[in-house]
Amino acid sequence: MANYSTSEFRAGLKVMLDGDPCSIVENEFVKPGKGQAFNRVRLRNLKTGRVWERTFKSNESLEGADVTDRDMQYLYNDGDNYHFMEPDTFEQHQASAAIVGDAAQWLREQDVCIVTLYNGAPLSVNPPNHVELEIVETDPGLRGDTAQGGTKPARLSTGAVVKVPLFLNQGEVVRVDTRTGEYLGRAKE
Amino acid sequence: MTIWQASASLPMLQERANLLAAIRSFFAGRGVLEVDTPALALFGVTDRHLENIEARVNGQIRYLQTSPEYFLKRLLAMGAGPVYYLGKAFRDEETGPRHHPEFTLLEWYRPGWDEQRLMAEIAELLAGLSPAFTEPRQVRYGELFEAVTGLNPHTADLALLREAAARICAGDWQAEDRATCLDALFSLAVEPTLADGVVFIRDYPVCQAALATLAIDTDGVTVARRFELFINGMELGNGYFELTDAVEQRRRFVEDCQARRAAGKTTRAIDERLLSALEAGLPACAGVAIGVDRLLMQLVGETRIDAVLPFVD
Repeated sequence: MANYSTSEFRAGLKVMLDGDPCSIVENEFVKPGKGQAFNRVRLRNLKTGRVWERTFKSNESLEGADVTDRDMQYLYNDGDNYHFMEPDTFEQHQASAAIVGDAAQWLREQDVCIVTLYNGAPLSVNPPNHVELEIVETDPGLRGDTAQGGTKPARLSTGAVVKVPLFLNQGEVVRVDTRTGEYLGRAKE
Repeated sequence: MTIWQASASLPMLQERANLLAAIRSFFAGRGVLEVDTPALALFGVTDRHLENIEARVNGQIRYLQTSPEYFLKRLLAMGAGPVYYLGKAFRDEETGPRHHPEFTLLEWYRPGWDEQRLMAEIAELLAGLSPAFTEPRQVRYGELFEAVTGLNPHTADLALLREAAARICAGDWQAEDRATCLDALFSLAVEPTLADGVVFIRDYPVCQAALATLAIDTDGVTVARRFELFINGMELGNGYFELTDAVEQRRRFVEDCQARRAAGKTTRAIDERLLSALEAGLPACAGVAIGVDRLLMQLVGETRIDAVLPFVD
């Protein structure tokens, strides 16, 4: 991979730091009028999700990380691993439950999600921002109760539990924001 | 969509014009001569932390000036009396919320004055610009540094400075020299603790002397007669009781060139015309350079330099 100098550091650039792939979050240029210039950089460790802060002398460089985001179709879970496929090449990748993490509760077979590859292997999985999933378990709906703001828990087909309005019933399909777990509305037919 | 509008708003451009006019009127009233020294010149700067922007002129390399200093000092050596420059300066590889490679610099020299008298004049200039810029404070670099880091910047062991830099400014500092460790600790740890208002920091460590003369302070420590101006924690300017000794100046230039070569940077030729002027006799003088864009940022309460620059590209 190419090396990147501090002046090329931009939010989203993937670099190696202490042996781990990281994504640059923020790069602040600090320079005393007559002295050494520095870049104070915040990086997200893509393995752990933790944010690191490091100070570099300006023009120091870091090795680029072989990290790419790919749209992939989620195929199935074989009990140990989750299987994904690149839609254009049909190339398949498998990822452990640890790598898929919380994304698992939103994955529906055939849905397209973003798989981050590091040196060709899955590093993390991000579900689409919005998903439409069926309610498989919830208390019966209360007829007429559409105006009040009350909510109740509902279990969705992928296992996620979200808060939905009281009038919804089992079997209905709802639209949810996976970043917040928030109910957005009933899916349009 | 092509963005064709100015970077600053029209009311901001009026503020900017008012500031430039106020500065010129201040110096006109004091008999300081404005000289618009060249922006393009034959020599660049040897300073290890300043990068010239190069231009090709009639087939030859010329350097956009990082400051008018050498021209103004040559005028002083000619007996020009007090002189100032208000115009553009250029520094490569400096871009950020408070940096732009092309910026406006105010620089002036007072023959026969020391840095205390010059700081008093800066204070008068600032007080005339805004009531918020009155009651300046002065603090010594060493006291401020020690209060924040627990280390004396003049005498502490390099190993301790490296250890403090590693602790306070996460990064790898084990191979860095004294000046770099001090720069890191000062910029990243001390500056954020500065009080609001106008603050002059003075008596810099010898390794940060730049173009200042050295002196022994009241504690018997050798310090550089250099000061920096801060407003609301933002660095605005650097001033010196200027080095006039041609031999010492040449020694510092050669040291700069060696440091640049060791760091793998482009080396620049030493400006022999400045050294000749020093040999002919530069009067004892104090000088200061102030970033006018940042001054305007502080006047109007902006945090980004783009908001006060007419155009950024």
